[in-house]
Amino acid sequence: MTDMNAESYVTEDGRTIGGVIMEMKNITLRFGGVTAIQDISFDIREGEIRAIIGPNGAGKSSMLNVISGFYVPQEGEVWFRGRRRAKMKPYQVARQGIARTFQNIALFEGMSVLDNVMTGRLTRMKTGLAAQALWFGRAEREEIEHREKVEKIIDFLEIQAIRKTPVGRLPYGLKKRVELARALAAEPALLLLDEPMAGMNVEEKEDMSRFILDVNDEFGTTICLIEHDMGVVMDLSDRVVVMDYGKKIGDGTPDEVRNNQAVIDAYLGVAHD
Amino acid sequence: MPEQFLWAMEVMLNGLMAGVLYALVALGFVLIFKASGVFNYAQGVMALFAAMTLVGLQKGQVPFAHLINTIFGTDVHKFGWELAPWLAILLTAGVMVLFAWLVQRFILQHLVNQPDIILFMATIGLAYFMEGFADLMWGADIKTLDIGLPQGVNAWIDETTFNLFGYGFFIDNLDIAATIVAALLVVALVLFSQYTKQGRAMRAVADDHQAALSVGISLRFIWVMVWSVAGFVALVAGIMWGAKSGVQFSLSLIALKALPVLMLGGFTSIPGAIVGGLIIGVGEKLFEFLVGPHIGGATENWFAYVLALIFLVFRPQGLFGEKIIERV
Repeated sequence: MTDMNAESYVTEDGRTIGGVIMEMKNITLRFGGVTAIQDISFDIREGEIRAIIGPNGAGKSSMLNVISGFYVPQEGEVWFRGRRRAKMKPYQVARQGIARTFQNIALFEGMSVLDNVMTGRLTRMKTGLAAQALWFGRAEREEIEHREKVEKIIDFLEIQAIRKTPVGRLPYGLKKRVELARALAAEPALLLLDEPMAGMNVEEKEDMSRFILDVNDEFGTTICLIEHDMGVVMDLSDRVVVMDYGKKIGDGTPDEVRNNQAVIDAYLGVAHD
Repeated sequence: MPEQFLWAMEVMLNGLMAGVLYALVALGFVLIFKASGVFNYAQGVMALFAAMTLVGLQKGQVPFAHLINTIFGTDVHKFGWELAPWLAILLTAGVMVLFAWLVQRFILQHLVNQPDIILFMATIGLAYFMEGFADLMWGADIKTLDIGLPQGVNAWIDETTFNLFGYGFFIDNLDIAATIVAALLVVALVLFSQYTKQGRAMRAVADDHQAALSVGISLRFIWVMVWSVAGFVALVAGIMWGAKSGVQFSLSLIALKALPVLMLGGFTSIPGAIVGGLIIGVGEKLFEFLVGPHIGGATENWFAYVLALIFLVFRPQGLFGEKIIERV
């Protein structure tokens, strides 16, 4: 049995899980009178696949939006890489190395797959506006470097065949994959996936699971994902947070969570007698 | 060759040149509409303002001279120097960037996520404000704009066509210059949006705000950039129209001619703005020439709008616009 409280440990399949990269402390988020998240704390460790699960309306997506800066919580602290996050805009969070996908897919529909993935490199591009306009040599060299990285990711996610296709024409499952590619292109320190398997058929779900595992394994990317499909999550993740009605009702390895009475009640319902 | 045909050709060529100027104004609309979904009613006034600022700076006018003189009882009008045209253009471009920043800081930023109609109303307000502000700053008199662009009939074309057809075409040098400048501007814009980091970010913002934020694009920066570019396009349009017919209030009304151009070309398409401008330019000149005499003339005033109306009925998205598909 591995000691999960240690500074770092090696999982059964040989991946190294490091120290805490992101910590949420007593987060509370309200929309007017509705409390979407109530006093939740948890951490994400470097190199792990961390899942947040819960029934519909549990506040999972809100939590992901807090992490990615789209929502600012009323109470609590967000710590990333040992630093407390000040009030921040989503684009600033992205520049810190946190990439994300969206539940309802937010791609640039009019642009090609390649261009979409290239936008993921924007935070990594150094050349300024004037230099791009006047000094073509350097800008061009930089563009080529980024293209190489992007092509690698495109190969990795097996979307070479549709590189030049406008995203608007792709089927749903492929769009999800392109969105993942764009997030990966930023070489993020933390990758947030909002329901990566939502609305997919069994085959697409299997593909996506494989890609998530491969990304984590190959690039060592820390992943935090949201799902309501329990089965998928249990196979994928190292540790799981369970939310229900905005509260945290469980936190631990998939096995621990599976045997947690509060979790079973939340998912299967409980007899009121 | 029959004379009638030669005349029609000459009219068509002149129409093309006029169309280029319509296209220039329409281009400014498309840029802002694509990036922020705002229909910028003030685009025409921006052209007027840019042209007035250019003339003012070049001639060394003291800004707000009338206001200063009234309040302090002084009598200042000019600094006494004249700037080189290129320096005046550069400074005016700087003023347009500053203007873009002010618009973003004091208007757009406070209206994020408001319905389109609110933003549209805001730009109407902006247009009237700028009109008055420009008058206050530089005076309301009609100014001549002269930055050394060639003017008058192009002798070479006149001579060549005369030798070929026995009839010399009248093409204004200024129109030729405008066409060349407009073509360069469009090429530069396309290169910028396709091949630079900021251009890609601009297209990204135009496509999806949320996704743009998630890849680390600052919407504010892009909006300032887009309004600056639109300001620069307005400056070019202002120079060309100003050199042609003087810098005066009616310059801001050319924006209204850009509307049918946009309906034809589509509000979201840069090539659409250009092709739309050319079609309207050629169409209204040819129509006036061929049909005008039979129905009492003055068709140029309404031809563009009727053409746009027909397009609205049969192809509401324009020639190049995105097709509107509603899913049920």
